Amino acid sequence: MADTTYIGAINDALASAMRRDPAVRIVGEDVAEGGPFGATKGLAAEFGERVRDTPISESSIMGIGAGMALAGLRPVVEIMFIDFITLALDQLANQAAKARYMSGGQLRCPLVVRTSVGAGTRSGAQHSQSLEAWLLHVPGLSVVMPATAADAGGLLLSALRADDPVVVVENKELYFRKEPRVDLAPVPIGAAAVRRPGRDVTCVATSRTVHEALAAADELARDGTEVEVIDPRTLHPLDLDTIVGSVRRTHRCVVAHEAVRQGGFGAEVAALVQEHAFDALDAPVARLGAPYAPVPVSPPLEDAYLVRAPAIAAAVRSLVA
Amino acid sequence: MWLIRAFEESVSELVGTGEVVGLVHVSIGQEASAVGVCDVLEARDRVYSGHRAHGHVLARGADPTAVMAELMGKATGLCGGKGGSMHLVDVTHGVLGATGVVGGTIPLALGTALALRETAPGAVAVVFFGDGAVQTGYFHECLNMAALWKAPVLLVCENNGYAEFTPRSAHTPVERVTRHAETYGIDARTVDGNDVVAVREAAAALVAPLRGGGGPALLECLTYRMRGHYEGDPARYREASELAEWKAKDPVRRCASAAVERGELSADDAAACEAAARRAVAAAVAAARSAPFPPPSALTEDVGG
Repeated sequence: MADTTYIGAINDALASAMRRDPAVRIVGEDVAEGGPFGATKGLAAEFGERVRDTPISESSIMGIGAGMALAGLRPVVEIMFIDFITLALDQLANQAAKARYMSGGQLRCPLVVRTSVGAGTRSGAQHSQSLEAWLLHVPGLSVVMPATAADAGGLLLSALRADDPVVVVENKELYFRKEPRVDLAPVPIGAAAVRRPGRDVTCVATSRTVHEALAAADELARDGTEVEVIDPRTLHPLDLDTIVGSVRRTHRCVVAHEAVRQGGFGAEVAALVQEHAFDALDAPVARLGAPYAPVPVSPPLEDAYLVRAPAIAAAVRSLVA
Repeated sequence: MWLIRAFEESVSELVGTGEVVGLVHVSIGQEASAVGVCDVLEARDRVYSGHRAHGHVLARGADPTAVMAELMGKATGLCGGKGGSMHLVDVTHGVLGATGVVGGTIPLALGTALALRETAPGAVAVVFFGDGAVQTGYFHECLNMAALWKAPVLLVCENNGYAEFTPRSAHTPVERVTRHAETYGIDARTVDGNDVVAVREAAAALVAPLRGGGGPALLECLTYRMRGHYEGDPARYREASELAEWKAKDPVRRCASAAVERGELSADDAAACEAAARRAVAAAVAAARSAPFPPPSALTEDVGG
């Protein structure tokens, strides 16, 4: 079967959702031109003004999307890089996320935000961050973080059927990664995927780091250590049962992500694991993430910044030693 | 207008007794813009407001008892007591949001206007904000995009001369908000915001083209808040003479006396109007006062996500 890519799956999901649901809109910078990565390629030709190109006004773009959603549409707002979501957090956190609650349930804001994280492109500290943990601290937002093409398309389809705001955090380093094509199908929000079963150590990894964890697991298997790799796919609402169930079998847990370790999603997972499975743990939960530093441009420095398979393998070895 | 005035005078007292909770901003002195604009709106139109929203919601027809209960944090409030003074929403009457973040509802109104153009052609979105919001990025970004896309949105600036504690002159060299509209070719008018008839006429003239596919439009209502920025603000930053000058232009009394002078209303009827409003507010306060607070389970209901 032909290959597909993560960005291709996103494009397919957008086109499919727009054909199925006349309420779907796309709003963002350069979206009519397909965007820098091609996520919206060809959509303006098929859907005309339902694909709305905007000026570089992120603060208001997010609010326009929320205002469309409050009036019954299903907009997909594209914030090209999550670094720029800083400009739009007021509308996301103060308006979209709270509209349902503050109105006592009168309103629904089915806003979908697509944005991308990811270092490794030598693009510097303002085009490379992984800020997804910020979003988890705002009640009212679902946050999904696909690691595969099938999930990138499938979670987006589910987001476009949700009643409340969903932020789809993509990884631009995965955009052109080839995968065997699978039929586009909704992937439920709030369901983790066990990427590889294993009896010895549970590794919870997100986004691109899932692939690093799988590479580490391959290597460790050669030494007889079996790592269970869990990809939460949705950071909120989190599929805690899958994670805790795994830890209760393996008794050891490593959490790994690309974002800065301090205050990251891994800290939340580590806390939850010790709350729910402290008695099952044979060792402290290990946490891997970026150092407390902005993302540097210099190739050796940026390479050292990212969590790669050898670091995950070393963490696993230290737990089973 | 008397209903809004009586309501907010009552709110002011109830802030003092602690029954109305939290940060509360009343619009006493600014009622004409709410009433004049909302009078030309239709049920299909959608309205957003800012942090000084009581008048706009009441002018759209919200139940005063439900608004008062909301301000007290009661279960029977418009939003179940979870929104409060700065976040009044009444979907039944087309009010989709109010915000404690200055300028924050301007892009929401623009997005809603774009949606309405497709889903309810002829309907308009309206957003009320103060002159403080004119200095936000939202205002300028949205003026540009609303003009670019000819969105059916009416931007209503209630220019009361003060952004929080600070006079306009300390925040911007641009005296008239309509000057910003000129840059983008937006139809805009400045009116005496304490003259409800003038506000209504200007709003009607600006809204009509929006219903026919034109847009956007901006209405600047020159007005004055007779109270401080929030209840409890002694407003020491302004002269007593300034307040006295504006009190003489009180929009509510002015409307009533003008109607009497024109022979449209007898003096008795005008007095009866005020009395009826005060009775309605007293009843709203009594009902809201006796309403229950939300149950603990409401704390985590309707969070979403």
